[in-house]
Amino acid sequence: MAEFEKANSIGEWFDQRLNVKAFTKVMMTEYWIPKEINFLWAMGALLVMLFKLLIITGIFLLMYYKPDVNMAFDSVNYTIMQEVGYGWLFRNIHGVGASVVFLIIYIHMFTAIYYGSYKKGREMIWLSGMLLFVLFSAEGFSGYMLPWGQMSYWAAYVITEIFGGIPFIGGDLVIWIRGNFYVADATLTRFFMLHVLLIPVVLIGAIAFHFYTLRFPHVNNEEGEFFDYKKESEKYLAGDKANSKVIAFWPDFLSKDFMVIAIFMVFFFYLVFYNNGFAMDPVNFDKADGMKTPAHIYPEWYFLWSYEVLRGFFFEIGGVSGKDLGLMAFGFAQGIFLVLPWLDRSPMVKPANQRPVFKYWFWLLMADLFVLTIFGKLPPTGINAYVGFFASTTFLGLFISLPFLTTIESKIVGGK
Amino acid sequence: MFALYVGLAVAILLIVLNIVLSKISFPKEARILSIIVILVGYIYWGFEPFAHHEMHPHVEDASFAFDGKQDIEALEHEGKDATEAKTFWATIAKIAEHKGDAVAGKALVTANCTGCHSIKTEGFAEVMSDADAAASYGVTPPDLSIAGRVYDRNYLIAFISNPVKAMHIEHKYPVGGEKVFPMPSSDFMQPQEIADMVAYLVDSASKVPAPKIKEGSSEFEISKATNKEVFETACVRCHAMNYASIQAKTSAEAMSKYIGATPPDLSQYIRSRGEHYLHNFINDPQRKLSGTGMPRVGLTEKAQTQVVEYMTQIGDSKKDEREALGPKVLIYLTILAIFALLWKQKIWRDLH
Repeated sequence: MAEFEKANSIGEWFDQRLNVKAFTKVMMTEYWIPKEINFLWAMGALLVMLFKLLIITGIFLLMYYKPDVNMAFDSVNYTIMQEVGYGWLFRNIHGVGASVVFLIIYIHMFTAIYYGSYKKGREMIWLSGMLLFVLFSAEGFSGYMLPWGQMSYWAAYVITEIFGGIPFIGGDLVIWIRGNFYVADATLTRFFMLHVLLIPVVLIGAIAFHFYTLRFPHVNNEEGEFFDYKKESEKYLAGDKANSKVIAFWPDFLSKDFMVIAIFMVFFFYLVFYNNGFAMDPVNFDKADGMKTPAHIYPEWYFLWSYEVLRGFFFEIGGVSGKDLGLMAFGFAQGIFLVLPWLDRSPMVKPANQRPVFKYWFWLLMADLFVLTIFGKLPPTGINAYVGFFASTTFLGLFISLPFLTTIESKIVGGK
Repeated sequence: MFALYVGLAVAILLIVLNIVLSKISFPKEARILSIIVILVGYIYWGFEPFAHHEMHPHVEDASFAFDGKQDIEALEHEGKDATEAKTFWATIAKIAEHKGDAVAGKALVTANCTGCHSIKTEGFAEVMSDADAAASYGVTPPDLSIAGRVYDRNYLIAFISNPVKAMHIEHKYPVGGEKVFPMPSSDFMQPQEIADMVAYLVDSASKVPAPKIKEGSSEFEISKATNKEVFETACVRCHAMNYASIQAKTSAEAMSKYIGATPPDLSQYIRSRGEHYLHNFINDPQRKLSGTGMPRVGLTEKAQTQVVEYMTQIGDSKKDEREALGPKVLIYLTILAIFALLWKQKIWRDLH
């Protein structure tokens, strides 16, 4: 072991042992972020904040929640909501947080699509981000089951049933997932385990990995400009901050993030206190009853678009049943965003509005997702079913045509 | 279809807005924010207010007149024969014109009602236990101590004349059907006699003292106790309220035999149904949920408000705490946001 000199300050004491100064430089004060950014670049930090809120409130809820089909409902709606001091506050933050986290994930994700932040070296950022999306979806779904209300039960029933569509092993797979022939106590306890242990642990790892993927390709900027980070950071360090194209992660970038987070928290807590019905569906305040199907079954708003793709195909085409077609389309919708960097054949890294072809594709996709989301909640009867079919087909068509459209774009812009 | 048009219109509007704003020198961040706010607002409108509007068709608002007008209108609207309903409610209106005599009414009630009903505050005890009563009649008959205060006068007249008609449960007890409602119609009685009985019920109810409450109780506790009294008379014969340790007077088993369904526990109904729905539903269940086993109970507007308030006090007991804490948290966060903004500006001054 190297000999340690006596430290003159606490800071030095830690520095000798943990190399704090160098570490702070690498992670904070000399971790370079482009300057040409807008508030959409703060969504990542905002997501970290929301994730923290979910973990902290989740820990408090965990102290009183009882994962048992006979006790779960009352442990949430009576013990936590009415008996425990400020239990209602923790539950409202957790419930609203779970819903709002998806809103921010979507904004974060479509910001990346809009600015082309998934290609030319940034593929791993995109892939790890999509992994996080899948994990958050699983976390949201498993958590939704825990209050054991009517929607918890029937959402669990419908979603686990989807796996039954997988050829050959489907039937056995559903029983394996549920731990029973129907959604029962075994289902609740295993989803409880997933929600509070396995998925959060993997999530934390995946978040760290997502940060790591940003390190080498660097964060994209508003104009999709590629520049020499070394040269720009030297300018910054020499004191010419105004003319440098980069800013430091701390305090420059984070000061803006904190501002966005603080402003957003006003809106967030408004929802927590005064408008939380969208995140905690009224139907879920009826206790789970396997004998009584609710009049309308629908997932939380953030799954509506993929749910609508699932049920969009309601009639047989070419000998394949509507149910199977829906399942295939659903599988396609779940996986297709993952390969986006390879579907986009245009080399342009620019905001969508500066890309001659992609801009139409982007806004069409947005419009289609809106239609899917809104019709995903409505009963699929009459004209609604056809709107759903049309929007689902459009969704598939958009992704199938993307490689061709972007190849055309590539030719228009001359490969740049 | 409508949403689709609105969706397209909004998308087009946004693109136009985007182009216009980029031409004039409008701050870019504000432009981006406005687009995000419009998009998020639109999607929220779509999956919340719009979806609810589509899934829960509007019904006419609650009416506390109890004069049969809404029933007749509904029948006529459906193109059905409303003659019978018109005759019935015209008779009720006639009876209602009579000024009742409470003293004469007491004698009539004693002779006609107390065989099955208790009126504890007037010294008429229960004839048998709740369970035995449920076994004999199908459902435990209500105690009438505060009936004259909780139920509307017109409704009571209609109810005594013909319970099945007043309660809107003709679908459960059709004329000449196998099942007979346990309480017989008294339309053979003289109008004055019916008016007298109702007058007695109203008079005796007015003499019932307020429920006893521990001295020094909070306003919340006092209002809860007053509301509970009404809730117990109006709902508890069939419904339980577990979160207030209230059991239904008629067992679930007996109820299931009686109406073919088990009445739900009402602990969380304020959350699962909401104030607005409950307000319309309790007033006339059939109109909101056709075919339900729940009868129209004829609560006055005040009594019904108390029932819904009690459901809030039990099912959403932290409402007051939530509403008191909300503004404080929002003010704190607003101040925090101002400081965060100032700090950001200080840091970024050097960067531009």
